[in-house]
Amino acid sequence: MAGRLRWQTGRVVAIREETPSSKTILFDVPGWPGHLAGQHVDLRLTAEDGYSAERSYSIAGPVDGERVELTVQRVPNGEVSTYLVDDLRVGDELELRGPIGGWFVWRVEELLPVLLVAGGSGVVPLMAMVRERARTGGVAPFTFVYSARSAAEVYYADELAGRARDDDGLTVSLVYTRSAPAGSHRPAGRIGQSDPDDLGWKPGAEGRVYVCGPTGFVEAVVGMMLDRGHDPSTIRTERFGPTGG
Amino acid sequence: MAIVTRGFRGRRDASAERLPPGQYQTRDFPVLSAGPTPRIALDEWRFTITDEPGSPVRSWTWSQLLELPVEQPVVDIHCVTKWSKFGTRWEGVSLDTLFASVETSAGYALVHSYGGYTTNLPLADLLGGKAWIVYRYDGGDLSPEHGGPARLLVPHLYFWKSAKWVNGITLRREDQPGFWESLGYNNHGDPWREQRYTGD
Ligand SMILES: Cc1cc2nc3c(=O)[nH]c(=O)nc-3n(C[C@H](O)[C@H](O)[C@H](O)COP(=O)(O)OP(=O)(O)OC[C@H]3O[C@@H](n4cnc5c(N)ncnc54)[C@H](O)[C@@H]3O)c2cc1C
Repeated sequence: MAGRLRWQTGRVVAIREETPSSKTILFDVPGWPGHLAGQHVDLRLTAEDGYSAERSYSIAGPVDGERVELTVQRVPNGEVSTYLVDDLRVGDELELRGPIGGWFVWRVEELLPVLLVAGGSGVVPLMAMVRERARTGGVAPFTFVYSARSAAEVYYADELAGRARDDDGLTVSLVYTRSAPAGSHRPAGRIGQSDPDDLGWKPGAEGRVYVCGPTGFVEAVVGMMLDRGHDPSTIRTERFGPTGG
Repeated sequence: MAIVTRGFRGRRDASAERLPPGQYQTRDFPVLSAGPTPRIALDEWRFTITDEPGSPVRSWTWSQLLELPVEQPVVDIHCVTKWSKFGTRWEGVSLDTLFASVETSAGYALVHSYGGYTTNLPLADLLGGKAWIVYRYDGGDLSPEHGGPARLLVPHLYFWKSAKWVNGITLRREDQPGFWESLGYNNHGDPWREQRYTGD
């Protein structure tokens, strides 16, 4: 049995604007025990008078010593995300504990083909898997489908384009729901019945499916997969937000 | 001692004393599950209590469940992912009713669901007016993503113990960790003691 997950102090060492509404925050966490691709941390923010708030955030990158990278989407009027995106500065210290979650994870020893389907900020733990595959020289074929509102809302855009070109066995498909840039392979719109063939969703062909995003997105995507005969036991899901966004 | 987060004020909730530590109030009803929402035909639905040696001792069909005395708990619920929701209204059958004719000295229960989910509890946490099998929520049938046709409701523990798509309980002399309990989550899960993860 593992001991208690204790609160640790993380110091912000870098902040990068990921999109106009999100930031990637790099923490240095002395004594960080390491983590698996897909796991998350709990953050605890405490005000002067002792009031505190906790939220979960997925780790965006593979294990990297004492570094922990998160990407946070600003949720309108959100108590914690607005602070993290708008107020946090390099040098600030926050409390965090983790890694948490032993189900929505991918390990390089798993050789079966993987289908990743991300909606919005649900891309974060799936990007950790793509990065972990590259870091470890993984050979499992990865098909990565990422649904975002528009090109401006795509996280890790340059890195993804580079990986789509360079990472052997990785296929990346972007699906734009509100506006598609010129030259896109499909018009803007939510993932629908006509998509799955293009997106590589072949029942039986996948070894494992990971779906992450807002609840409505996860329900819609998984519903389509079940309709098409995917085996439910191959599908793992993580739902981020209460809204159907 | 917690460290102060520079410039963080937070959004105080008037109902703070109704919130367990680390929780915030939501008015939505978020969905959390590890996999797809299973599709369950009511005419094939069963709820079965199995004893320690592994024999089914009681089983109910959907129509038999609906004939049992109905209770209408109104309770606060607390999810380990930090949200709490106040005053949720449910309809279903008390586990005391289901266990009324079950003779057992078992100390533990392993709850099973369609789709393969499991969660473990001391039997004492299921009896004495503390738990229900519910099939209606907020005046309507319980929707599949919230655990319909029927789910367990154990509101005094974190909500992962309230297994969705429930189909049975196995009585056990020894405790056996369920799905999340084997993946780093706390064995008991009392939100007021913030028992989120192993060892809390
Ligand atoms: C396991 C897990 C991993 C997560 N990983 C990430 C991550 O990598 N990046 C990330 O940005 N977030 C992630 N989240 C979501 C995150 O924990 C917070 O819920 C989110 O940042 C909102 O918190 P808040 O305090 O800003 O909003 P709150 O003050 O809690 O909510 C404000 C309002 O926004 C609504 N709302 C809350 N969350 C969302 C949402 N996600 N989408 C739309 N509306 C919402 C609420 O219902 C409420 O009406 C994760 C959640 C879980 C459970």
